[in-house]
Amino acid sequence: MALIELEDVRRTFTVRARTGRFSREKREVRAVDGLSFTVEAGECVGYIGPNGAGKSTTIKMLTGILVPSGGRLRVAGVDPARERVALARRIGVVFGQRTTLWWDLPLRDSFELARRIYRIPDRRYRENLGRCVELLDLDGLLDTPVRQLSLGQRMRGDLAAALLHDPQVLYLDEPTIGLDVVSKGRVREFLREVNRERGTTVLLTTHDLTDIEQLCGRVMVIDHGRVVYDGGLDGLHEAGESERTLVVDLAESRPAIEVPGARVVKVEGPRQWLAFPARESAAPIVAAVAARYPLVDLSVREPAIEDVIARMYAEVAIG
Amino acid sequence: MAEPLTGTLAEPLVEHLAEPLTEPLGARTRWAVRSWWLCAGMWMRSTMAYRASFALTLGASLVTHSLDFVVLVLMFRHTDQLGGWTLPELAFLYATATFALGIANLLVGSVDGLGARIVNGTLDTMLIRPAPALSQLCAERFSLRRLGRPIQALAVLVWSLATLDVTWTWDRVLLVPALLVCGCVIFGAIYVGGATVQFWWGEAKEIQNSVTYGGATLLHYPPTIFAKELVAGVVFGVPLAFVNWLPALHILGRPDPLGLPTAFQYASPLAAALCVAVAGLAWRAGLRAYRGTGS
Ligand SMILES: Nc1ncnc2c1ncn2[C@@H]1O[C@H](COP(=O)(O)OP(=O)(O)O)[C@@H](O)[C@H]1O
Ligand SMILES: [Mg+2]
Repeated sequence: MALIELEDVRRTFTVRARTGRFSREKREVRAVDGLSFTVEAGECVGYIGPNGAGKSTTIKMLTGILVPSGGRLRVAGVDPARERVALARRIGVVFGQRTTLWWDLPLRDSFELARRIYRIPDRRYRENLGRCVELLDLDGLLDTPVRQLSLGQRMRGDLAAALLHDPQVLYLDEPTIGLDVVSKGRVREFLREVNRERGTTVLLTTHDLTDIEQLCGRVMVIDHGRVVYDGGLDGLHEAGESERTLVVDLAESRPAIEVPGARVVKVEGPRQWLAFPARESAAPIVAAVAARYPLVDLSVREPAIEDVIARMYAEVAIG
Repeated sequence: MAEPLTGTLAEPLVEHLAEPLTEPLGARTRWAVRSWWLCAGMWMRSTMAYRASFALTLGASLVTHSLDFVVLVLMFRHTDQLGGWTLPELAFLYATATFALGIANLLVGSVDGLGARIVNGTLDTMLIRPAPALSQLCAERFSLRRLGRPIQALAVLVWSLATLDVTWTWDRVLLVPALLVCGCVIFGAIYVGGATVQFWWGEAKEIQNSVTYGGATLLHYPPTIFAKELVAGVVFGVPLAFVNWLPALHILGRPDPLGLPTAFQYASPLAAALCVAVAGLAWRAGLRAYRGTGS
C-alpha cells in the first residue's frame, strides 16, 4: 500500500504587498499547483527543484503543518491536516536550518525529552538511541551542550532526535545544507542505513545532486508547484542532457585544449573547464588530459540542479 | 491502515499506531499540561546552566517589584484614604492583582513570543511534535526567577490580611483563595487571547502587554477613583474587575460604585471559565488561520 498519496494537491498563499503609501494589493501565490504522486513504504525519494518551487510547502502539508487549499492527501492512511498531532508520532521531520535540539542543554537531554513527548517505550528508546549513537558517531557528544556542537554534529543530533520514535516516514528539508563534505557523507551513510535496515520511507529535498545520487532510487523534480520529472536519476540526466564539468589546472596557460569526448567551455589562465555528458565516466577524459598536457590539479563538478532543469525545459521546448 | 515495519534492528514495536487518533477532551487537557511541564522542566534546567545569576536576578526582581508597593505606601504619608479606601485595603487590591499577574506571567507569559516564532519559522518546529504548540510556547524560557513578583505580592497580602479591619465570615474567607485562583486564570487567558492576535497581526505584542500590565496597575487602585465608564468596561469588556475589584467589594464590605447585583461579587469563577473558553477558541481560530484552513 502506498504510504504517501497525493491527488491534485494545491496550496495557494495570499500575499499582501504594499504597492503605494496607503494601497495594498492582494496577490495569490500558487506554491503547490496540482501535485499527484504516491510513495511506497520503504522508498527513498529525492524531491528537488529550484528555489521557490514549492518543496517546503509540500513537506509542510505532508506533516500537517499546512492545510492544502485543494486536493486529497494521505500519509500512512490518515489526513495530516486533520490528524496532525496523531500523525506526529509516526513521522520524523528535520528542517535543515532549524534545529529542534535544546541549545543550552547536553544533547542527551533533547533525546530524553523526545522519549517523553513521543512516549517511547524504555527498551525501544535504549535500543534506538544506541543504534543512532553508533551510526552517527555521537558517543562523545551526548554530554556536550548543543551550543558547543559544530553544524555537522548538530545535524547528526537532529537526525537522531527525529528517529528515536521509529517514524514510518522521515521528511528531510535540505538536511545537508551548509555541511562540510565529511559531515555530508556521514549524514548520507546514516540515511541509507536507516532506509535499508528499518525500511523507513525517506523524502528528502536538497540542492546537492550527490545526495540524490548516493541515496535515492527515485527523483522527483518540481517546478512552479508541479511535478516536471518523476523517475530515476539516470533518466533525469538524459532528460536534461546534463553535463558534468572537469576543472583542470595545467602547468601553464595555453589556448583551449583538445580532448576527445569533452569540450572546453571556459579558459582562465592555466585553468580550463571541460564539459562532458553526465552519464559518461570522468576517468578516460582525465587520462586523456594527463597523457597530453602537464596536469597540476583537477576536480569534477556535478551539474547544478538548476542547470539540469533549465536544460530539461529547453528539450521540451525544442522537442 | 499503516502496515507494520520490518527491520533487522529488533522486532517492530509500533504500538502507538494502535492509539486512538482523537482522544477525549479530558485526556487532551492532561496531555497539554504534562507537555507544558516537560518543556518547562527543560527550560528550567537551561537557565540553571547559568546558576550564578539566578539568585541575583530573583533578588533584583523582588526589590524592583517591591518598589511598586513602596510608592503606594508613600502616598499614604499625606492622606489616610484614597478614594475612601485605607492603606490595608489598597494593599489587598495591590497584592491580589500583582499575585494573579505574576503567576499567570510565570506559567503562560511567554506565549507572547508567538509573533517572533511565526516570523522566523520556528513555530513549525513546534507543530511537528505530538505536544500541543500552545503548551510548548507557554513553557518557553520558563524560569523560577519570575517568582519575584508573586512572592513579593504574597508578603504584602499577608500583611494586609493581618491588618484589615474585617469581620471574617466564612464566605469572605473562602473568597480570598477563590479570587487568587480565578485572577491567575483570567490573566492567563488574557495572555493567551492577546497573543493569538499575533497570528493575524505580528506587532500586537505591545497591545497585549498594555492590557496585562496596564490592567494590573489599574487593579491596584480602588474602583471608586475611576470613571464609571472605565469600571464598566473592566467588568463587561476585558473582565479584569473579576480578578479582585468585585470580590474585594464583598470581602471588604464596600458598596459597588456601579450598583451591580451582589451576584457579580461571587461570579469570578464564571468569568474565569468564560475567559478560558474565549481564549481557547481564539487560539484555535488563530492556529487554523496560520495553517490555512478557512479565512
Ligand atoms: N507562508 C507563506 N506566505 C506566502 N508565500 C509563501 C509562504 N510560504 C511559501 N510561500 C511561497 O510559495 C512558494 C514556494 O515556497 P517553498 O515551498 O518554500 O519553496 P522551496 O522550498 O521549493 O524553495 C514561493 O514562491 C514562496 O514565496
Ligand atoms: Mg525550501
